[in-house]
Amino acid sequence: MLAYILRRVFQSALVLLVVGLVAFSMFRFVGDPVDNMLGQERTQADIERLRDTLGLDDPFPVQYWNFLGNAVQGNFGVSYRQGRPVSEILIERAPATLELAAVSGVLALTFGIGLGVFTAIRRDGFAANAIMTLSLVGVSLPTFLIGILLIYLFSVELGWLPSFGRGEVVQFGGWSTGFLTESGLKALILPSITLGLYQMTLIMRLVRSEMLEVLRTDYIRFARARGLSERAVNFRHALKNTMVPVITVTGLQLGSIIAFAIITETVFQWPGVGLLFINAIQFVDIPVMAAYLMLISVMFVGINLIVDLLYVMIDPRLRGDPAKGH
Amino acid sequence: MTRTSGLLAATLLATTALAPMATAETLRWARAGDSLTLDPHAQNEGPTHTIAHQIYEPLLIRDMTGAFEPALATSWAPSPDDPNVWVFTLREGVTFHDGAAFDASDVVFSINRAKTEDSDMKELLTSIVEVRATDPMTVEFVTDGPNPILPSNLTNLFIMDEDWANANGAVKVQDVEGGEETFAARNANGTGPYTLVSREPDVRTVLEQFPDYWGKNQFPMDVTEVIYTPIQNAATRVAALLSGEVDLIQDVPVQDLTRVAGTDNLEVRTAPQNRVIFFGLNMGAADLESDNVEGANPLADARVRQAMNMAINREAIQQVVMRGQSQPAGMIAPPFVNGWTAELDQAKTDVAAAKALMEEAGYGDGFTIQLDCPNDRYINDEAICQATVGMLAQIGVTVNLDAKPKAQHFPLISNKTTDFYMLGWGVPTYDSEYIFNFLVHTTEGDRGSWNATGYSNPDLDAKIKSLASETDLDARNDTIAEIWEVVQAETIYLPVHHQVLNWGMKAGVGIDVDPEDQPKVKYISMN
Repeated sequence: MLAYILRRVFQSALVLLVVGLVAFSMFRFVGDPVDNMLGQERTQADIERLRDTLGLDDPFPVQYWNFLGNAVQGNFGVSYRQGRPVSEILIERAPATLELAAVSGVLALTFGIGLGVFTAIRRDGFAANAIMTLSLVGVSLPTFLIGILLIYLFSVELGWLPSFGRGEVVQFGGWSTGFLTESGLKALILPSITLGLYQMTLIMRLVRSEMLEVLRTDYIRFARARGLSERAVNFRHALKNTMVPVITVTGLQLGSIIAFAIITETVFQWPGVGLLFINAIQFVDIPVMAAYLMLISVMFVGINLIVDLLYVMIDPRLRGDPAKGH
Repeated sequence: MTRTSGLLAATLLATTALAPMATAETLRWARAGDSLTLDPHAQNEGPTHTIAHQIYEPLLIRDMTGAFEPALATSWAPSPDDPNVWVFTLREGVTFHDGAAFDASDVVFSINRAKTEDSDMKELLTSIVEVRATDPMTVEFVTDGPNPILPSNLTNLFIMDEDWANANGAVKVQDVEGGEETFAARNANGTGPYTLVSREPDVRTVLEQFPDYWGKNQFPMDVTEVIYTPIQNAATRVAALLSGEVDLIQDVPVQDLTRVAGTDNLEVRTAPQNRVIFFGLNMGAADLESDNVEGANPLADARVRQAMNMAINREAIQQVVMRGQSQPAGMIAPPFVNGWTAELDQAKTDVAAAKALMEEAGYGDGFTIQLDCPNDRYINDEAICQATVGMLAQIGVTVNLDAKPKAQHFPLISNKTTDFYMLGWGVPTYDSEYIFNFLVHTTEGDRGSWNATGYSNPDLDAKIKSLASETDLDARNDTIAEIWEVVQAETIYLPVHHQVLNWGMKAGVGIDVDPEDQPKVKYISMN
């Protein structure tokens, strides 16, 4: 068991190192930050001096090695664009993304499961069919278009909700929250729908098909034959058994909600890490790009590691201990 | 009885409370980019200067028409005794936001600060040898030779308080490499019309009126509070204006102009920008990388360059690509610039004559070349390049378009590894010398750093150098005209158009569009 965990942790660390190496080999293709950092009047001497101090002419493995050396000590460098320590910027921006991701996740789960169950139980009903058709929109429309459509409808035409930003935020130590003000809550609605819509339709379709499967099984038929109420059959017996794959998928999707908030954040000018990353790409802000990519890969690798370890706990066959086997 | 009097009292209270409210006006303002730092000398960049202009002030500014206007200096003139000295008389009774008095030592301190290695403004001040205060309200600038246009280099050079900088460890300009943020990057203490209330980078900057501003009665100053929010996505920015969440936006996309202008209570104001868009041609290389002509450079032949210039239909680009929002250009100087003339700014399209010139140059069958173009820098940049591809095809030039983000495009020009490229140019000094120095002079030393054409003409270089110290303005203007004549005859660049600025605003926001794209809030009147 311990050997298995150690092996998995070792593999995860290796994956992280490779991700970093690939990232650093790509940065040179993103462009050159020097022209963004100097004014129009810069001279060749300025360019060379800056390239030299930033180490841009070093081969990328050297740049990567320097980055790792500093990162191990908790120093992610200074943003080329803002001139502030990257770790400070990331800590400042993280609450916005995490709050948005949490609200989208909750929305996706609640509506995904609810509508999934509904469409499975009333599978021939008009409403269920309409929902199924509409869900195609959620799966197929690109996020930025959904965002723009929502802005057009709810901000421009109806004037109910703000089109950009986080509204008023309240500071708790290093954490800024939009949950405590009216404008903060209003500002969350459109971006979280935009971000969560894809996940919602995915969960809904998954729940529906699992549910249909389960409703066909013998124990549901026996439950009905015993005269249990529809409610008890559907929710206590059928739904419970559809949840296993849903939880797996949700866990994996949580990572992507955070990582792919980039587009939603750009459309709504949401001041989170995704918007920060987009700005960093445009400016070729290498320290910010590197730190963001490492952070996201740590998160993905971490989630996968936890999932793997959970499997070991759940499934005794993976423990590789034949003495205790069946 | 008690109830009525209570009501009366409440009404009275309400009216008295409302009375001062009527004059309190908040301007909610958005544009694509945020200021990168509050340190006024750390970045030489548009949005950063725009915010700095509300908080800090230079010695002199340009008003909305581009003419000089006194700010912290009330008058300036070359010294009658020494042609190498400019004398600036400072404004009396000016205080910084923290209450400290403004005087000559602050000017000396700020100019010296802006001349340090880490400053991004230092290239504008290279001619200055010394700055000295001769008395508390007079400053002398000593230059390395007569510099007739020194004042134009100072319009974005902001003055800080020396004592404040010393007290807060902000003497050094913030440098990105050093890894430390200086106090001045997050805090500000200027003499400008607005003081900093709060700032979250990339999120929101709040300013409020400085009650002791020297020009309080001189400018409208109707805005008492400014809330500045960067909104990157163009569609969201327009939506924020349409829904009434902001009062003023810069950079309205051309496709949304009619929508904004057609909405009740909204207006679009338009003016030519201080920026010209053009193509550069690598004529200096012996052979081009991207063409299909072996052992020769077709662009080295002036007839080919002229033919390409005549093949570009600028009216079509204006009508179709820019939806009328551009001004076709025949020279690479914006109309405000000293040296610009209406005759030179003409360009005519003549495909038949262009074909004949190609034939004459021996390229009757045309050639192939790659055009490098940015896709996120200028208004509709990639679409302009696409249109140009079609126009050049008419004279047999097959253009392979390579459009990429600015971060990849501009290094091609800096490293001079492009054959055919798009570039836009603004002239902060409003003088042709600036254009010649960067775009026409041979690349050597500090000059010609943006000239990726390989064009080199020693006679012209000598004339360009002479402009820096020619104090007889008529003679200087004659030289400028002579240089333009050569630039035009040689067709070093293919001008496309002058960019036009579009600001969208709520009706009642009284402001004229500024050619530098820098709204100065103190000029805004609110109705």
